[in-house]
Amino acid sequence: MQGPDIAWYLAVAAFLFATGALGVLLRRSPLIVLLSLEIMLNGGNLALIAFSRLHGESSGQIFALAVMAVAAAEVVVGLGLIVAIAQRKLDLDVDKLSFLRG
Amino acid sequence: MGNVVVWIVWIVAAFSCLASGVAVISFTNPFFSALALIGNLASLAVLYLLLSAEFVAAGQVLVYAGAVMVMFLFVTAYLGGRADAPWAGGPTWQQFGAVLAAGAILVEVIVVIGLKAGGRLSHEAKIDSGFGSPRRIGEVFLTDHLLAFEITSIVLLVAAVGAVILGAHSRRRPDTIGEQIHEGEVHARP
Repeated sequence: MQGPDIAWYLAVAAFLFATGALGVLLRRSPLIVLLSLEIMLNGGNLALIAFSRLHGESSGQIFALAVMAVAAAEVVVGLGLIVAIAQRKLDLDVDKLSFLRG
Repeated sequence: MGNVVVWIVWIVAAFSCLASGVAVISFTNPFFSALALIGNLASLAVLYLLLSAEFVAAGQVLVYAGAVMVMFLFVTAYLGGRADAPWAGGPTWQQFGAVLAAGAILVEVIVVIGLKAGGRLSHEAKIDSGFGSPRRIGEVFLTDHLLAFEITSIVLLVAAVGAVILGAHSRRRPDTIGEQIHEGEVHARP
């Protein structure tokens, strides 16, 4: 089964990472910023797995799993923060949320 | 023949992956963005399968598209339809800078990978049929990478505790008199 080269997968990973970075920088809703962070993490994951296939080494997949766990933890804390912000009836806008004081 | 099928599957998966990624950051409604991210994760799982990472693909669909995104959709539905209009009022210097920075990141990543690994990316290592199977992943995870495994469990525990604390904190009684009057618990003196 001869598919495309690893370079193509890496190109997709780079585009995904840049798309996520653009979303993080461009959007103001913290929900969409979190979603864009997920895209960035997935771009990193795709690169890890592509290199793991290139070298025939399972360690890359191990770290992809670790990244998935970190992403789940990040989503939990981020969503908790967003719900807390919404319950205080503040604007969901990362430009206006510049004070960390409760 | 099999070669062509693999290429077709790859092209469809990669295109839907990139298109849904762009859709996530361009929808104004966070609910649609979350749905687009589910499509992104599913097409990434197909790419993982093509890279013979079966266990990671299964985990991606179960953990990410299943658990994480359902929680995301619940929170989005709880917060209600708060759409933000990212392109209202024309481009600002901030948005211009964001596009510039993201383009710079893309160029940097591609140039660095091309410089450091350019010639070697077409020689894939020979792998046996067990590569990426749950058995192999479990063996490597619990022998060579035991520390990463334990650290992952601690990270998850800390995140769970943090989420509970955040939830409890946001539900505490309003502490200033003004907030209590506002909530109707304390009546203002005549």
